[in-house]
Amino acid sequence: MFIPHTDSEREEMLRAIGVESIEALFQDIPEKQRFPQLELPPALKEMEVAQELQTFASINETSNELTSFLGAGAYNHYIPAAVDSILRRGEFYTAYTPYQPEVSQGTLQAIYEYQSLMAALTGMEVSNASHYDGATAAAEAVSMAYHHFRGKRTKMVISNALHPHYRETIRTYHRGSEVKIVEDDKQHSEKFERLADLIDENTALVYVGYPDFFGRLFDLTDIANSTHGAGALFAVSVNPISLGLFKPPGEFGADIVTGEGQPLGIPLSFGGPYLGIFTTRKEHVRRMAGRLVGETIDTRGQRGYVLTLTAREQHIRRERATSNICTNQGLMALAATVYLSLLGSGGLRQVAELCYHKAHYAAEKLTALPGYSLTFPETPFFNEFALRCPRQVKDIIAFLLEHDVLGGYDLGQDYPGMEHDMLVAVTEMNSREEIDLLADRLAEVSYD
Amino acid sequence: MTEPLIFELSSPGRRGVTFPEPDVPRAPLPVGLTRTILPLPELSEVDVIRHFTRLSQLNHAVDTGFYPLGSCTMKYNPKVNEETCRFPGFLQLHPLQPFITVQGALALMYHLQEMLNEIGGYAATSLQPAAGAHGELTGVLIILAYLRDRGETQRNKILIPDSAHGTNPATSSMSGLTVVQIPSDKRGNVDLEALRAECDDTLAGLMITNPNTLGLFDEHLGEICHAVHQAGGLVYGDGANLNAIMGISRPADCGIDVMHFNLHKTFSTPHGGGGPGSGPVGVAQHLVDYLPGPIVDIIEKSDDDLPPLFSFVTPPKSIGRVKAFHGHFGVFVRAFTYILMHGADGLRRVSEHAVLNANYLRVHLRERYRIPYDRVCMHEFVAEGHWPDAPDVHALDISKRLMDFGFHPPTNYFPLIVPEALMIEPTETESKATLDAFIDAMGQIADEARNNPERLKGAPHKTPFGRLDEVKAARELVLCCQLTEGPAQSEGA
Repeated sequence: MFIPHTDSEREEMLRAIGVESIEALFQDIPEKQRFPQLELPPALKEMEVAQELQTFASINETSNELTSFLGAGAYNHYIPAAVDSILRRGEFYTAYTPYQPEVSQGTLQAIYEYQSLMAALTGMEVSNASHYDGATAAAEAVSMAYHHFRGKRTKMVISNALHPHYRETIRTYHRGSEVKIVEDDKQHSEKFERLADLIDENTALVYVGYPDFFGRLFDLTDIANSTHGAGALFAVSVNPISLGLFKPPGEFGADIVTGEGQPLGIPLSFGGPYLGIFTTRKEHVRRMAGRLVGETIDTRGQRGYVLTLTAREQHIRRERATSNICTNQGLMALAATVYLSLLGSGGLRQVAELCYHKAHYAAEKLTALPGYSLTFPETPFFNEFALRCPRQVKDIIAFLLEHDVLGGYDLGQDYPGMEHDMLVAVTEMNSREEIDLLADRLAEVSYD
Repeated sequence: MTEPLIFELSSPGRRGVTFPEPDVPRAPLPVGLTRTILPLPELSEVDVIRHFTRLSQLNHAVDTGFYPLGSCTMKYNPKVNEETCRFPGFLQLHPLQPFITVQGALALMYHLQEMLNEIGGYAATSLQPAAGAHGELTGVLIILAYLRDRGETQRNKILIPDSAHGTNPATSSMSGLTVVQIPSDKRGNVDLEALRAECDDTLAGLMITNPNTLGLFDEHLGEICHAVHQAGGLVYGDGANLNAIMGISRPADCGIDVMHFNLHKTFSTPHGGGGPGSGPVGVAQHLVDYLPGPIVDIIEKSDDDLPPLFSFVTPPKSIGRVKAFHGHFGVFVRAFTYILMHGADGLRRVSEHAVLNANYLRVHLRERYRIPYDRVCMHEFVAEGHWPDAPDVHALDISKRLMDFGFHPPTNYFPLIVPEALMIEPTETESKATLDAFIDAMGQIADEARNNPERLKGAPHKTPFGRLDEVKAARELVLCCQLTEGPAQSEGA
């Protein structure tokens, strides 16, 4: 199929090499381990494989067939057709890391534009070429803070309202290191007092979500000041769409901004591939992990771009590198770049506003139902809110599913005691009718 | 030839896409939290499409030409993969949907896990790691968790051959291990005596790439694994070079306890200009309980009427998750499509032809280039890009000159154990005609090195850009641009 050799060419090549058969090329492998018979399904032709995969796909119930209010770190946004049209250009998706800049200016300039867009969006000075996702970007921020203090500060103070997957990933990454992760234990806190109480002279980093996992938006001024007062770095994990409307973390004095870039034109695709945003201040650039593109000129005097500060990276520093990251999420960074280029400042603000207004309409509608209330009634939120329900959320989700509604996320899975709290996400994709339908359905369960 | 930056193409007030007006009442915005300036560029859709189309045309890619970048397995990426992964039944699935609504996706992941187990010889595989380096971190953390669980807290040393990728030592350091580098012997194998000398009770394990970065199958692999196991350590396999050995040899059968697969190399998923990759990790039976979760399993067996019921489970002693959600599902769909199209015989043919192509290039290029470890290679080999009688010409010059012939250069200056290395991996999807054209170009370059070295030093000549000044980039550190003219101020903020 994808092997172009004819029989005669193969014979000719074997003769040139000086062996009788292809098998003879594998003499270095001990005989008893050579040529195992693999048990795999019989090969399918392209037509058959397309049909087979369609069968797998058709068994699933998609967020388009269902009415979805599920978010919790991955969001159903509209993706303009032009995004995938660019992503499907073979010149982009079948290239690799731009090690050879003379024949990779497309990828390099696109990454440079991505870095510029991310810096502008988050209100920071520099961005890397991306990490795997929001969770690994957070884990890398913790590493960066550790190395910033050269291991002399080991405590990382992390908000319990940071995405549970991110917190778990941070812990996994740092299993083998001296890093000590400390979380505030009370997710109901409407302010950051408990988090601030944990900060001491051994604290390297303070990490909060903005919006946090419950969709809440806080003024970060005080917690940023407490953090800096102790000499620690302040990191913020964002939903990039919210930054179309809300103050960027840079304005609050953040030292590191990370986030999940999926909402920026990347399909849900059952959890990946997504995009890890990572921006910081210029003074920290040499400790930032990941690839970085910088501007320069070529021998003909043309402006061009290259991978730069590579001496920080694993292929040069090897065991002295602060991260092992090699690839970035090139194609997903391109998706975000095209998406933001299409939307511009006006379009992004429009999407953010649609999410905000629809989510607030939903919150008003749902809390008007008997038995339902906002878990955090005093705190502003963006496109997602915690709804206290009259029954256990797992039962409500099952009930909604019978009516082809994908309810929100069961917060009891991650927060003991929140078994009655459902995280409801609303985007520009949810119509008023859908929100009203959700309210009608929830009204039915409340009296059970 | 330069293309303006997207920021330079901006005109305040222009829109590429607009959205409907809200169908709900507007809610008041919280005081003091809204932003006043959002400095993003403003373009029309046609501006955006032309800009990125023009940028794409500045790239060399597998779809435009030969890409023998050693250790990266730049094989052709079948177009059907790009269709299947975009089926709405996959693309529009939320990762946190109730498992009952995603049985097709879970079945696909389960079957892919099983296929990778079969290809590598492993008992279980986690698909979660996002890339090869991420798989390495996962694997090393699994080894550590296993050793710590057995109370072996003194095992903090990891052995890494000097031919290894930089990610291996970087991963080990991240995991808190001390790296000891093991030299290679004259035939390009791990130096067995040097290895044995380090096999003591502080040994956590060995990270080995096999075939190694010289493209050679280690002739002592069995003894190496045995020595590490005897000392109480475990063997990690870097699966970067699996394209040489599918259906030829199974890493687990050779004694490798844990290994990552690179779906973006071996299983034809596109490299995307540097990601997304996917680095599933397979483990032998004794490590199954430590895999990062969740992985997919059957929770109710099939019967006469019903298919099996799949769900996510977290292994009992899991190291924890290594990323959000379940891994790069879109990449899984592509790799699964590829494996289904090949079957067992097809995958073996892939490896056989990858090795055939590499050896064909090797025997032709050795007439003009020194091949320092010149024996039958696997899917790639390393040549020296330097000649004593052309002292001014280096591997870099050869690489740049190759661009003028329409070829992407090989990986250069790696592995570190070969001076002026040119690491060449043709892959199985290249025809004899392409290989012959490459051989001719390499021959012509070898001639030019003697007759017209300036032609090489000044290369490339025919590409849209000449050599770029990397020193200037690192010194001046211009890492992003901004709008020169501010965007239209947003109203109401």
